Parts: sequence; structure tokens; C-alpha cells
Amino acid sequence: MNEKILELKNINIHYGDGAIHAVKNISLEIYKGEIITLLGSNGAGKTTTLHTISGLLKPTSGEILFNNEPIHHLPAHKITAQGLAQSPEGRQVFANMTILENLEMGAYLRADLNEIKADYEFVFSLFPKLKERENQLAQTLSGGEQQMLAIARAYMAKPTLLLLDEPSLGIAPILVSSIFKAIKEINRRGMTILLVEQNAYLALKISTRAYVLTNGEITLKGPAHELMNNSDIKKAYLGQ
Amino acid sequence: MNQNLTFFLWDCLQYLINGIAQGSLYALVALGYTMVYGIIRLVNFAHGEFLMIGAMCGFYALKFSLPMGAAILVAMLSSGIIAVVVERIVYRPIRASGRIPALITAIGTSLFFQYFGQLTFGADPKTIPPFIAEKIFNLGEVNVSNVQIAIFGITFFVLIFLWWLTHFTKVGKAMRATSFNLAAAELMGIDTNKIISFTFFLGAAIAGLGGMLMGYTMSIEPMMGMNLGTKAFVAAVVGGIGIIPGAALGGFIIGIAENLVAGLYKSSFRDGVSFFILIIILLVKPSGILGKNIKEKV
Ligand SMILES: Nc1ncnc2c1ncn2[C@@H]1O[C@H](COP(=O)(O)OP(=O)(O)OP(=O)(O)O)[C@@H](O)[C@H]1O
Ligand SMILES: [Mg+2]
Repeated sequence: MNEKILELKNINIHYGDGAIHAVKNISLEIYKGEIITLLGSNGAGKTTTLHTISGLLKPTSGEILFNNEPIHHLPAHKITAQGLAQSPEGRQVFANMTILENLEMGAYLRADLNEIKADYEFVFSLFPKLKERENQLAQTLSGGEQQMLAIARAYMAKPTLLLLDEPSLGIAPILVSSIFKAIKEINRRGMTILLVEQNAYLALKISTRAYVLTNGEITLKGPAHELMNNSDIKKAYLGQ
Repeated sequence: MNQNLTFFLWDCLQYLINGIAQGSLYALVALGYTMVYGIIRLVNFAHGEFLMIGAMCGFYALKFSLPMGAAILVAMLSSGIIAVVVERIVYRPIRASGRIPALITAIGTSLFFQYFGQLTFGADPKTIPPFIAEKIFNLGEVNVSNVQIAIFGITFFVLIFLWWLTHFTKVGKAMRATSFNLAAAELMGIDTNKIISFTFFLGAAIAGLGGMLMGYTMSIEPMMGMNLGTKAFVAAVVGGIGIIPGAALGGFIIGIAENLVAGLYKSSFRDGVSFFILIIILLVKPSGILGKNIKEKV
């Protein structure tokens, strides 16, 4: 396979001064160009894992390597600077700022003005709704539109690895397919993606491989098409 | 027209003018209060002390015969630097500990600088001369001085500057992003600690400017921060804490109300007025005049 872009080695994460052991000794690896899905039911530890990769949380033990360099000791903004961006759970757009300003914040660390312009055009072509309302405050957007903005904002950092935490959560079915289409298109343009999803069927359909997190532990992993036919997965996540 | 009424209206106009000048100064102090609250939700009780340190440094700069412009710069820089240092070594380590520990720490910091000020500068009041030679203009029955006009002009300029900064510069937009959602700002690659430092610096430097301009109405002394800080806090809450134009609005309201009450009723009520306004606002619109009830984030 390709070059390894991200590797988690025996990561443990605790909350509340060690009282809650949220993520237990997980290891995973992502190769350039992949779409990886992280599946798991509510409270399994998916968001905790993404927060830790992005540097918002620190692991209690273990190592995280990004392009073979350890990053788990770095503050979040430095990790973003290395080319690892995240669209966080619950969107977290800057509601007090315009859509354009949100995208500008996404491109905060960039100085390549011409390419930034081209990237605006690209995200607007993915999500034309955003273009129409570029000068309106993000708080005026619907939930689905805010989700699009959150993805577009993270894309504007032009990361090599993009983390997406539940991009289809709480979104009308018609919009869900356009969001998955956008994810595929972003990946096609060369960005590696780590996707956390409740919508297991759609996520597995566009993924190369997947990991399943249960109560903070990785209980299953493998190529996406194999997991789609796995009877446990079918029962737990595909409702079959 | 009834002659008494005419006099009364002229008097009101005079108090209004004095109030706007006084309110401009409160506004300058309140801006930093509200900016720091906006960015880390800290009620920085030591803000008035940052002003005091700046004014003291400005006073000594004048004493060493620096020109007024340079002394103002000295005051702004010293206020700003002391604020950055305090944020770095006092507030930052306890930032994650919750609001009550932060509040207590801020009160402790404020007390520390009050006594530090008395030890270092002496408890005696010092006088800063007006920053320009005072000229008084008579307009009908009211007097307006060029100092009053200049103070209002400077405050107005500072407001325009802040609006420009927060809407048209990268660092200013990063301030807005950080104040809205610090974790999300970090994910954008914004070094939020730097942005917080910058906000402390800017807010305190504006207060230091206010401290130097105050020379025309009052003397400076180590305990001055308490009274001013309280009024600035009230101004910030009245306007809507965390909202920059709100702080200015609150400052003007309190300055004007104080002068009207002191002039028309009793000057001993001057310092009570701000609390009366605070209580009314908290009863009628707790989020402040310009405050919005922002929906809780999901
Ligand atoms: N700030 C916190 N303090 C203490 N415990 C937490 C905190 N955040 C999460 N947890 C706990 O850690 C565990 C994992 O939570 P996490 O948010 O990572 O789950 P998740 O897989 O993202 O779930 P969901 O699908 O609901 O988003 C849960 O048991 C949760 O209660
Ligand atoms: Mg989650």
C-alpha cells in the first residue's frame, strides 16, 4: 500500500483526572489517499479519539505519529499547521461571523492568496448554497447548511488529512447524499479522510477500510466491503 | 418662556456635555474590561489597576520631562505589558479551573496591585496636567472645553479603530473567532494563547490611555483603580458584557447619569448612580442593552 499518514499506537485517554477511561489502548493507521470510517455507538469514544488526534485532548499514554513525526505533545493549532484539519462534531461554526469569514478562518494559516481563491471556488461548487449567502452570518444558516460550512471551512485549511466528526448528523436525507458526494469529491482531489459516522451504510460505501470502536476499544477492523457483509456490523449498524 | 425653566434646560445641557466627556473616559476603561471578558469570560477585577500602573508610569515619564505624547505612549505600553504579564503568569495557569477560582484570583490580583502601588509610588495623589492647554468656549449659557472635545474625539477614534481591527484584519477576526469558540479557533490553526495575550494588551493599553486623559478631572493615586474599575465593570454590563460598542454605550450612559444626578440633585449621589443603573438593567435586561440572548450551543 501507500505511505502511512497517521498512526495511533496504544492510545489511552482518560477524563476527569483519570476517573473515566474513555479510550482503551487503541491502535490504528491511515494511508495516504484513504477514506477511513470510524464506527461506534453513542459514547464509544469516537469524538474523544478525534479530539486527541487534533490536540484538543492529550492522551494519557501512547503515541500519535503524523507523517511519521510524533504530534501528541503539540497544541491543537500546531497540529493544524502541519496539515491535519477537523470539522468537529456539532459543526461549531463561528455563528457570529459571516460565511466568508468562517472560510477565511479555515484558511487562517495560509498565505497563498491565488490558491485560496481557487479553493473558495471549489467549496462553493461543492455547496452552492454557501455562495448565495456568503455575506450572511453563519447563525442564519440551517443545520444542514452549517454542516456544509463546517466541512468547507476545514477544507480551506488545505490539510493532507481531514477529520470529519459525524458530518451527516441531524441532517435531512436529501442533504445527506450531497454531503457524502462532497466527501468523495474532496478525497478524489487527493485529501485523506478519517470519517466518524452513524450512517454506517453510506460511510462504508465510500470508505477503503473501517474500524469499529466499542466502549473505547477497537473490536473490529478491515476493508469496508468486508465489514459491510459482517453479520455483527449488519445487526448493530446497518439495521439488518 | 418661564425663566427658571430656561435656566434648568441650560443646566441640563451643561451636565450632558460634562457627562459625555466623563463618559468617554469610562468608555475607554470599559472597553478593555469587555474585551477580556469576551475572549475568556473572565471578569478581570485587576483591569483598573492596569490603568493605575499605566497612569503612574506616564506621570513619571512626564516628570522626567518627556513630552505629553511620549508619556501617553509610556502609559499605554506599561498598562499593556503588565496586563500581558499578569495574564501569562496568573490567569493562564488557572484558566481551566472554572469561573469562581478565576474570579477570586482576579480580586487577589487587584488587591495586590493596590498595595504594590502604595509601596512603590506612595499613597499620595499625583496630578497629571491636561494633555492639551485648556481653552473654554462659551456657547450660549454652556461651556465646552477643547479638552472635552478632544477626549470625545479620541474615544470615538478608538471605537472606529476597534471596529476596523475586528472586521478587517486577520488578528481581529481571530479575536472574534476565539471569543466565540476557543476550541474551534484552535482547530483553525489560531494560536489562541497569543490572541488572548494580544487582547489583554490592547484592552489595558486603551485603559492606560484613559488614565492619562483623566488628568483633567482628577488626580491619580494607587487606589484609583477600584472606583474606576467598578464603574467600567458596570458600564460593560449595562451595555452588554463582551460587546465592544456596548461598553462604550454603557460608559456614556453612566457618565451622563452621574453628571445629571450630581448636578441636579446631590453630588454625594454621584458614585451610587452607576449601581442604581446596574440594578435596573439586571432587572429589565440582564444581558445588557446591546446583549442578545444567544442560544446555548449544542
Ligand atoms: N468532557 C468529558 N468529561 C467526562 N467524560 C466525557 C467527556 N466527554 C466524553 N466523555 C465520556 O467519554 C466517553 C466517550 O465519549 P465520546 O464523546 O468520545 O463518544 P462518541 O463515540 O463520540 O459518542 P457520540 O456518538 O454520542 O458522539 C463517553 O462515555 C462520554 O460520556
Ligand atoms: Mg461523538
